[in-house]
Amino acid sequence: MLWRNTWRKFVNYFMFSMTGLCALVTVGVLFFILGYLVWNGGSSLSWTFLTHLPTPVGEPGGGMANAIVGSAKLLLLASAFGIPIGFLGGVYLAEFGGRSFPFVVRYTADLLNGVPSIVMGIFAYTIVVLPMKHFSALAGGLALGVMMIPIAVRSTEEALRTVPLVLREGALALGASKWKTVATVVVPAARKGIVTGIILDIARVAGETAPLLFTAFSNRFWSPGWNQPTASLPVMVYTYAISPYEDWHKQAWAAGLVLLTLVLVANVAARLSVSGRSAH
Amino acid sequence: MKKLSILSVILLSAALVLTSLVAFHSSPSSAVPVPAPDTIMLNGAGATFPYPIYSKWFSDYNKIHSDIQINYQSIGSGGGIRQLLSGTVDFGASDVPMNDEQLGQAKIKILHFPTVLGAVVPTYNIPGVSQELEFTPDVLVDIYLGKVTKWNDPEIAKYNRGVGLPAQDIVVVHRSDGSGTSYVWTDYLSKVSTEWQSKVNRNTSVNWPVGLGGKGNEGVTGLVKETPGAIGYVELIYAVQNQIPYGHVRNAAGVFVKGDLAGVTAAAAGYAKTMPEDFRISITNAPGKAAYPIASFTYLLIPTKIEDAKKRDVIKDFLTWMLRDGQKEAEPLSYAPLPKEVVARELKQISQIQ
Amino acid sequence: MASIPIPPGRAAAKRRARPFIQGLRSGDTFAHVFTLLCAASILLVTVALVQQLYVNSTGALHKFGFGFLTGRTWDPVSGDFGALPFIYGTLVTSALALLVAVPLGVGAAIFLSELAPTRISNAMTFVIELLAAVPSVIYGLLGIFILVPFLRQYGEPFLKRTLGFLPLFQGPMYGVGMLAGGLVLAIMVVPFIISLSREVLLAVPVEQREAALGLGATKWESTWQVVVPYARIGIMASIFLALARALGETMAVTMVIGNDPRISSSLFAPGYTIAAVIANEFAEATGDLHLQALIELGLVLFALTIVINGLARIAIIFTTQKGSGH
Repeated sequence: MLWRNTWRKFVNYFMFSMTGLCALVTVGVLFFILGYLVWNGGSSLSWTFLTHLPTPVGEPGGGMANAIVGSAKLLLLASAFGIPIGFLGGVYLAEFGGRSFPFVVRYTADLLNGVPSIVMGIFAYTIVVLPMKHFSALAGGLALGVMMIPIAVRSTEEALRTVPLVLREGALALGASKWKTVATVVVPAARKGIVTGIILDIARVAGETAPLLFTAFSNRFWSPGWNQPTASLPVMVYTYAISPYEDWHKQAWAAGLVLLTLVLVANVAARLSVSGRSAH
Repeated sequence: MKKLSILSVILLSAALVLTSLVAFHSSPSSAVPVPAPDTIMLNGAGATFPYPIYSKWFSDYNKIHSDIQINYQSIGSGGGIRQLLSGTVDFGASDVPMNDEQLGQAKIKILHFPTVLGAVVPTYNIPGVSQELEFTPDVLVDIYLGKVTKWNDPEIAKYNRGVGLPAQDIVVVHRSDGSGTSYVWTDYLSKVSTEWQSKVNRNTSVNWPVGLGGKGNEGVTGLVKETPGAIGYVELIYAVQNQIPYGHVRNAAGVFVKGDLAGVTAAAAGYAKTMPEDFRISITNAPGKAAYPIASFTYLLIPTKIEDAKKRDVIKDFLTWMLRDGQKEAEPLSYAPLPKEVVARELKQISQIQ
Repeated sequence: MASIPIPPGRAAAKRRARPFIQGLRSGDTFAHVFTLLCAASILLVTVALVQQLYVNSTGALHKFGFGFLTGRTWDPVSGDFGALPFIYGTLVTSALALLVAVPLGVGAAIFLSELAPTRISNAMTFVIELLAAVPSVIYGLLGIFILVPFLRQYGEPFLKRTLGFLPLFQGPMYGVGMLAGGLVLAIMVVPFIISLSREVLLAVPVEQREAALGLGATKWESTWQVVVPYARIGIMASIFLALARALGETMAVTMVIGNDPRISSSLFAPGYTIAAVIANEFAEATGDLHLQALIELGLVLFALTIVINGLARIAIIFTTQKGSGH
């Protein structure tokens, strides 16, 4: 009996140490990547970079102002399109659905997530760009938005599922209709998880390059409205990183850092807006 | 309450930053963030190789004519051709001239305008060797076929006496993505070796017998720099900018020539007499003592009929400017300017655009 | 309400109709339908996508038939295309990525949700989530600058010395190759696993933990035998997300995998994945057959994803016990 307990205690310490090791390794590697990016990007970041348009190689004073605004525009459009649909789809799967239809939808969402981003870009190209006969921010935003839907659906569903049944039953017992229950009790209770999913979603599409190459194209100049090609940070990172110029490489790192900062700000804002007491 | 105010502060400052970026920036390239209503905007797509000089040209042109914005993006030669054929861009650019099949698909006739010349050079990373090696065409073919596998192979040593070549395995590096650079390289190898022509042939993407694939010129450069014993082919400017050694290649006249701008211009001049009307020509393995054998034109692809009169005038004016003034910008960026005969013939071709 | 006598058949019909009418009045039916449409949009997009893929690859489909799946050559010049090396590369790199990322990720998630102080856990998770936004090009660059030289000089020789009797760890060591590809993918997908698993673990009701501890379990036993199984479905969802990302990742992989369409038993050898070859060759595809073959590869990846997801789900059904709260 005593030996058994000692063994169990040992397992306890050992396994938790192992998880600690896992955390150390993963967090360590990820922090390292972040540090590398911040270091390289930070040393090339400047006010010029943030406010000027790109200049040809060899000319100093180039920047990525149009790419920053472009990425913001694209993400705005993608989120406006993808998040509501994805969120509501997740609500359906978790709250209203039966057995077979949600199973099919869940399965298909996982499939869509696995489609290479370049195939999504080609898809948006054939559906939007070819008929319009030109590249546009609209096409880029749509491509990214479609990519956002499956992740939003799955993460919303999972977040809603974590809300204990008692909360729903309580609201229904008080006479609320189903949708009222969902809207006023379940969703607010799960809002932290939902927001986490949405943030991951935005973060993931913010860094996507391939879908934009054939839809939003890119632009050395400012892009007015939604109907013209527009520069974006990931595409600039890609273009500059594969060039032979040291100056452009530095700008590529800086662009990566700016992208990360954009997502960081969105992250903080979103978390602050849903903080507070929740179901857990 | 506190959290709400932090949140609103963040959102407000983000909005302020964005608006100030748009409204108060001091970019040298354009005074107004949103172009004036009469700005003419053109879009072009194509080859990556000339991207640096094209971006310089279009930027300089915009400085002279601030109401004209020509936006060029490098998505690859094939991509440029395809977008041009689909009508999603106003002009294309390609290292490889369009073939008859592609020209047949175009609804409007397409004109080829050579813009600059480039060289593809064999770079390598051999521990202990910093000299510039001499390569014969046969050696390059055999290395890329996988027949020559060590750096101290007699075939290499024969022309490099005095260089201590180690018994290191050769790691062949080629392009993984389709590219005009690959086309030029395989075109050259096909011309100098019937075995290569029958086994692999020339194309932007081929079935490489051996080797690792690097993405883009940069990917190949990176692999060569990092892998001891590697050999790879890259555009001249990548070798120069990254300061990696590259070898001399023996040309058709039997002279070992280093890949540099003079050798490239000589290659173009070597073919100047036999250049066809439409400028579609391969200038690899050019005749002439000074010619560098792995050189190529790069082209702008312009439709002969342009609906929008303003765009048409812009394109014609730009081409004239490029041929007259733009050529000066080539050398500082490691591109070879066009020979005079070619420039003269192109200026005449501009009149075909209506 | 039932005091008025009604004929039997109509009574049954009335019973069925009541919830429907109530539903209409309270807006539930509307909500049901509206959210259903949103969920259905996924199916719509998928059908449109598959249709586009099919339509744009008919030539290649007819030419190669099922031989496409077993062909080992990829020759744009002669027009001979086969998908097997790419299928192999995709499977191997994704499997490697999950083998590395799942234990590490779930382990880290357990640590962050059960053991770490809340503040530290929140701060770390915040940073980890940020990393999902790093463009894959940058992961690729980091792979080239740091991972590949490390593997070539230290990692792969070490593996060869210790585990070199396995065919997995033999052959020339370039640094780039399947091992590098799998590891880069693992790094890219681990943030998803950690973040989502942690959320789900945190959501397990405190009562479950307390019940286990109350019965005399150690903290680990409570975590591993009660909390984790309770959160199993959510953790699985995060793994599916990670798998999906691994299968479809293009940029980072193509920069470190060596891009050689060959099938080799060694992880040190260069390889090629479906997503990588599409990204590499699509823009420059020479001729219609080449383009169609690439798009057919996209279809193959789609089919592959269906099969893998199906097998994984079957495996889950066989191992799921009751008591997960759903």
